[in-house]
Amino acid sequence: MIDPVSIPQLNKHFRLQWEEAQDCFVLLYPEGMVKLNESAGLILSCVDGVKTVEAIIAELSERFPQVEGIALDIEEFMTTASAQHWVAFS
Amino acid sequence: MTSPPPTSPPLWLLAELTYRCPLQCPYCSNPVELASAGTELNTDDWFRVMQQARKMGAAQLGFSGGEPLVRQDLELLVAEARRLGFYSNLITSGVGLTGDRVGALREAGLDHIQISFQSTDSDISELLSGSRKAFDHKLAMAEAVKSAGYPMVLNFVLHRHNIDQIEQIIDLSHQLGADYVELANAQYHGWALLNRDDLMPTKEQLDRAEKITNAWREAHPDGMRLFFVVPDYYEERPKPCMNGWAKMFLAIAPDGLALPCHSARSLPLDFPNVRDHDISAIWNDSAAFNAYRGFDWMQEPCRSCPEKELDFGGCRCQAFALTGDASQADPVCTKSDQRNQIDAALTAANCHNAVSATMQYRSWSASQNIIASTP
Repeated sequence: MIDPVSIPQLNKHFRLQWEEAQDCFVLLYPEGMVKLNESAGLILSCVDGVKTVEAIIAELSERFPQVEGIALDIEEFMTTASAQHWVAFS
Repeated sequence: MTSPPPTSPPLWLLAELTYRCPLQCPYCSNPVELASAGTELNTDDWFRVMQQARKMGAAQLGFSGGEPLVRQDLELLVAEARRLGFYSNLITSGVGLTGDRVGALREAGLDHIQISFQSTDSDISELLSGSRKAFDHKLAMAEAVKSAGYPMVLNFVLHRHNIDQIEQIIDLSHQLGADYVELANAQYHGWALLNRDDLMPTKEQLDRAEKITNAWREAHPDGMRLFFVVPDYYEERPKPCMNGWAKMFLAIAPDGLALPCHSARSLPLDFPNVRDHDISAIWNDSAAFNAYRGFDWMQEPCRSCPEKELDFGGCRCQAFALTGDASQADPVCTKSDQRNQIDAALTAANCHNAVSATMQYRSWSASQNIIASTP
């Protein structure tokens, strides 16, 4: 379970970057690259080491009011991102 | 110029900055004809290559060689890579690296340094690389890389003479605080193919090493990541080499030759040079880059094989080296009528176990001799 008041931070060995040619966000790491889908890219681009999970949910809910179940999507993504060591929580 | 199928952009750019190297590893992946290469590209040439490749969408950039540290302009190239938005990787033996240079490269924006080790033991290191001091220096540099805040990736090329040290290799990596460790058996191209019968591990050695690697992974689920690569000779299906010919990977050799993989120089194709063409024309329009795209070039058994979209018929360089025809199936495939060559090499590897006096160490003069004796 992801604690809503925990603060996600990108693992320092990863770099998040918008790639024009691929039209998506990618995560870059030693000799590797993960292509992120639109929602994963949006969520990760909110991860700044300052905002809590709760704050990220609030921000994206406000930007995308038409998307149902956005909080659950974000929590699920955070669980995946944590398992992949893309982010750590404090 | 042929009419190409729709192509995806090159996402990976491998900049082989030089064929010069202070070591003489007998499994070097450089072409054995390296002494025939023309003069090295200069700093501006490399800037232009990086700019053009980045514009097409390349995001990962490897600086390799030879030993890329012998290039005095490496820091300049790294800084340009950072400015363009590449994720930059330095692939080095660590020889020529100093604490100061680790810091200067970090400052220039380098993202990652991968240090290759010959083995954990300085005697075997010396036997295989021709340098006694190299090993101690590598250890010191691995520590410097770690303390500068880089992700630490260590690479051990495995073969018959060091694969039994797998426990020590893993322990050493763990002590050094590695994040990723490549336990990669030599792939038999270039110099490694020349020395194949002296390098190929036995089945028993390979099984033991894999077992130990798996046991370590299970005991340390959150520990460093271990990547174990077997020699493809022991597989029954070929590797999906480069994920398909000229699909995502672009290598530029020291003299500017553009290649769909770093071994491809050995193929009888007319590869374009970045001194004469821009990257976009090379990637999209050159005959060499289109030669093995798609599936139309395939012969049987690949052409009608249901697995052709998984492995793309394997490695073109291996097919050429072993069958004399780059459009044949990679003979690793048990469906290939040339598989007997792979089996014969494995039989030889599993029969004797001595260091041969004929091991050919990678060097400029050895390369010149090979070129001179090739008809």
